[in-house]
Amino acid sequence: MDTFRDKLIPVTSILAGVVVLWYVFAVILNSPFQRDLDTRANETPGTVEFIGKTLAQPKPTLPAPHQVAVNFFENTFLRPINSNRSLVYNAWVTLSSTLLGFAFGTALGIVIAVGIVHVATLDRSLMPWIIASQTIPILAVAPMIIVVLAAVGITGLVPKAMISTYLSFFPVTVGMVKGLRSPEIMHLDLMHTYNASASQTFWKLRVPASVPFLFTSMKVAVAASLVGAIVGELPTGAVAGIGAKLLAGAYYSQSIDIWSALVAGSIVAALLVMVVGIAGRIVDRAMGGRPA
Amino acid sequence: MTGTSPAVVAASKLGLTFQTNDGPVQALSNVDLTIGKGEFVSFIGPSGCGKTTLLRVIADLEKPTSGTISVNGMTAEQAREKRAYGYVFQAAALFPWRTIERNVALPLEIMGLSRAEQAERIKRTLDLVNLSGFEKKYPWQLSGGMQQRASIARALAFDADLLLMDEPFGALDEIVRDHLNEQLLQLWARTNKTICFVTHSIPEAVYLSTRIVVMSPRPGRVSDIIESTLPKERPLDIRETPEFLAIAARVRDGLRAGHSYDD
Repeated sequence: MDTFRDKLIPVTSILAGVVVLWYVFAVILNSPFQRDLDTRANETPGTVEFIGKTLAQPKPTLPAPHQVAVNFFENTFLRPINSNRSLVYNAWVTLSSTLLGFAFGTALGIVIAVGIVHVATLDRSLMPWIIASQTIPILAVAPMIIVVLAAVGITGLVPKAMISTYLSFFPVTVGMVKGLRSPEIMHLDLMHTYNASASQTFWKLRVPASVPFLFTSMKVAVAASLVGAIVGELPTGAVAGIGAKLLAGAYYSQSIDIWSALVAGSIVAALLVMVVGIAGRIVDRAMGGRPA
Repeated sequence: MTGTSPAVVAASKLGLTFQTNDGPVQALSNVDLTIGKGEFVSFIGPSGCGKTTLLRVIADLEKPTSGTISVNGMTAEQAREKRAYGYVFQAAALFPWRTIERNVALPLEIMGLSRAEQAERIKRTLDLVNLSGFEKKYPWQLSGGMQQRASIARALAFDADLLLMDEPFGALDEIVRDHLNEQLLQLWARTNKTICFVTHSIPEAVYLSTRIVVMSPRPGRVSDIIESTLPKERPLDIRETPEFLAIAARVRDGLRAGHSYDD
């Protein structure tokens, strides 16, 4: 209960601060347009009425929190789930390619890390390329991946997932290289005194030692996967997904739609990170981890 | 006393020079040593005298740069491949994700023993170190002394005749240490193993050993070998007898002669 209170109070105070600031900026940013409208309509509203109007524009520069909340609620709970205006539907489209890409990315990251740890040539040659791969703007690579894969007949979910893979394998590789190299010299010496083979040392020592590193890097990777899936929807003419919602909102200046899609994206990200965290804790306990 | 029994460890003109950034460091120089079956030999000396290095050479964790070493009549490498020895490190070095029994099972799994055989040996060795009842505990649930006992059980589990121990009780407090010393002697008496024991405690070396190898640094070398005249049966209070103190004084003299107290 104490930890609950210890966490709840700071988190809610920050949230309250953000909401207050948000309202202040909504009024400030929406005022010029509102003043414009009022001048043209020959109206001279009082201060309170004016502020009220800035917070109720249909296409505001910065929507007020309650506008986003109402829009989010309507599009999440009041639409049929198979409607393409439903945020649940769009979030699911993005989530499915996120998960596929994350699975590919984690597997790829582990395979590369094993290669780097066990093959000296790969250790020297691969890492610079892997780091370079992450410096390329994903927005530039994404359409090429889609086009190239479409040319070889791969369309649909997989190309989008590939972009998630591209972003998510990196943290897993870096984390797993560190994890597989984490056993102490003493533990390696111990295996040596048993005349253990390389594969026995790998499975009985390196792999279990790397598990905490894997889950830490998977938390980063799953968030990166979601970003990848959203970015993958932007330049590819996707018809559904959180990225597609963002793009459509931008086309039609539906700023409230953009913001509620962003909220949906953050909720999905938070849930994903939480699920990976819980999975990590379950595995840790199963491996005899000390309860914190 | 070693004359008739076959040599378990035989070192001749053994030398080891490490190449470091500050130039070569002579960790071992001209070490001649024969250890017979069933002996309890302690290596004592200040840090840097090469006592741990010597143990690691016997274990084939380091390669000598000159001289020869044989273990059980084979090269150190062949002996390691045949799993001729159990090694106990300064820290317990248990795998934190394995329970005590799975930790003891580790070498047995690597050797490919059947589950039944593993269970039998785990039970026997945990009995030997008085850890029965802690099979399902994880290392963090045990005290430091119990962890080190578990690591001794792990070294005993595969029935090697030679036990190499590198300051196994160095990190423990004196009360626990006395207790473990006593238990180690009982274990040695029961199993008839050959034990090589590195320490920097004079009382520990004198209390445990049949022979004490005094080493000195720069370069690491054997400066004296002292045969213990203490009986095999050693209660803890033997440490107050004149005989014990006389041997301890000889060890101290040996250390002084090797300039171990110089800076």
